[in-house]
Amino acid sequence: MVSTSAPGSAPGLDAAAGLDLQASFETLLQGAGLNAGTAHLLWLPLPMLLVLVAAVVGVLVNVWLERKISAAVQQRIGPEYAGALGVLQPLADGLKLVFKEDIIPARADGLLFTLGPVLVLIPVILSWLVVPFGQNLLISNVGVGIFLWIALSSIQPIGLLMSGYASNNKYSLLGGLRAAAQSISYEIPLALAVLAVVMMSNSLSTVDIVNQQTGAGILSWNIWRQPVGFVIFWICALAECERLPFDLPEAEEELVAGYQTEYAGMKFALFYLGSYINLVLSALLVSVLYLGGWGFPLPVEWLAGWLGQPIDAPAVQVITASVGIVMTVLKAYLLVFLAILLRWTTPRVRIDQLLDLGWKFLLPIALVNLLVTAGLKLAFPAFFGG
Amino acid sequence: MTIASTTQQICFAVLSTTVVAGALGVVLLPNVVYAAFLLAGVFLSVAGLYLMLNASFVAAAQILVYVGAVNVLILFAIMLVNKREDLAAIPGLGLRRLLSGLVCGGLFVLLIRVAFTTPWGSGPEPVGEEATIRIGEHLFSDYLLPFELASVLLLMAMIGAIVLARRDVFSEDIGTGEEVDQGLIEKARTPLLLDRSVR
Repeated sequence: MVSTSAPGSAPGLDAAAGLDLQASFETLLQGAGLNAGTAHLLWLPLPMLLVLVAAVVGVLVNVWLERKISAAVQQRIGPEYAGALGVLQPLADGLKLVFKEDIIPARADGLLFTLGPVLVLIPVILSWLVVPFGQNLLISNVGVGIFLWIALSSIQPIGLLMSGYASNNKYSLLGGLRAAAQSISYEIPLALAVLAVVMMSNSLSTVDIVNQQTGAGILSWNIWRQPVGFVIFWICALAECERLPFDLPEAEEELVAGYQTEYAGMKFALFYLGSYINLVLSALLVSVLYLGGWGFPLPVEWLAGWLGQPIDAPAVQVITASVGIVMTVLKAYLLVFLAILLRWTTPRVRIDQLLDLGWKFLLPIALVNLLVTAGLKLAFPAFFGG
Repeated sequence: MTIASTTQQICFAVLSTTVVAGALGVVLLPNVVYAAFLLAGVFLSVAGLYLMLNASFVAAAQILVYVGAVNVLILFAIMLVNKREDLAAIPGLGLRRLLSGLVCGGLFVLLIRVAFTTPWGSGPEPVGEEATIRIGEHLFSDYLLPFELASVLLLMAMIGAIVLARRDVFSEDIGTGEEVDQGLIEKARTPLLLDRSVR
């Protein structure tokens, strides 16, 4: 997928608008005597590895936050002994899962049982392809951008159905079926909410969507123009991540643990990793679509102007790029905090309530939101991206 | 040979092998669940082939529609009705298999002949990233009528499915003639947990 689309610097982008690490890296290597092809080949795996490491570290942070915040909500202390404030606890959890015995139930279908968790994890990691941390700080600025994420996230239910079926356990099968039903129902309002944003920015590319929200800092963020879309997207993202109040597929009082019931060791860890990477990814995409992505609440161009610095000076570029990364991650983790708080304070909905909410409430609202956005775009093209 | 073209050839070989082997598996495997999962693999590989032809929007749409919706629904239907029972053997199975094999082989030979006799020119230039815009333009101009007709067709299918699935449209079961009440949710008048009259 990466090899067919131009990685890094995409056509139609103003390369001067931000730090271009790829160009700097390749000129550096060419200066050291390598030819252009080799330099490019050496560059290719770097952003992928970097994003993979970032995703896994994001999961570790997430697990620690989940443990600490849930403890605070329930007036406990939470993990304390593994490192300062228990920061090494997620690492200990991970190590435990690595060393656990890998069990395949005797009457289970071994091949599908192994393939299921892999199919759940791979689309989630592939979706990080389009998450931008800055003007040029993403693996690949593919033209279909956000649509690629929607398409990839629709593969996940197949993995869930596969593992639910292969476990040969009625709870697992029910959990898998519920996961698929939930995922299909919530994908449609999610896609419609994204479509309204795409309509305003005239592009599917995540970089263009963020660029359309720059200009007036916090005032130009999409959340003011798409408040309804923001709420719909957030609810649907929670449902897609199977977070409480929508964790029906693994409802422990009814289904033991849903499709994960028979899993242990690293295969269970793959599910675990997948669900947390998906949560971070959803939070990042909410911040990209509605909260201005890497934008600072005040435009960095204004700040640089007040300090009397040219915006394209190398030092200023490095600082703005760092600010961009920090802002993206900060916004995403604020949303993750909200999701964790929701998980530990809200009860679970029933399966019929869940499907009712998706089909009878969110879908019509999302359609109306799309229609109103189209009308406003025609009426006020200056504010709604004519 | 450059790195890009080598990568492309390897990808093409892998994808075409998966498509052919997967499609054969879908047809030949006796286990219907395996066939359905392999079908997903075939759809994904076809999306990969689209991607190699520089049609990224079509590839993403292929994944979303065929893998994410059609295949998940097929799996859903299989798993809801799958009883793992052995079906009774059909008389004359060998003859049937032979005949269908002959028909398929004949079709294959015909297609091979067409593929080798057609003069394949180099087609139009791929539009690449611009494809989304072009597809949109076509859907709202010269392909407007087929597009709308397709949506009417889908609407008809949906209404038909609702009429068939909602048994309360008919008050009695067609097969047994008994009263049908298939409400999934607990009714206020007959609480499921407290009703001791039904044993």
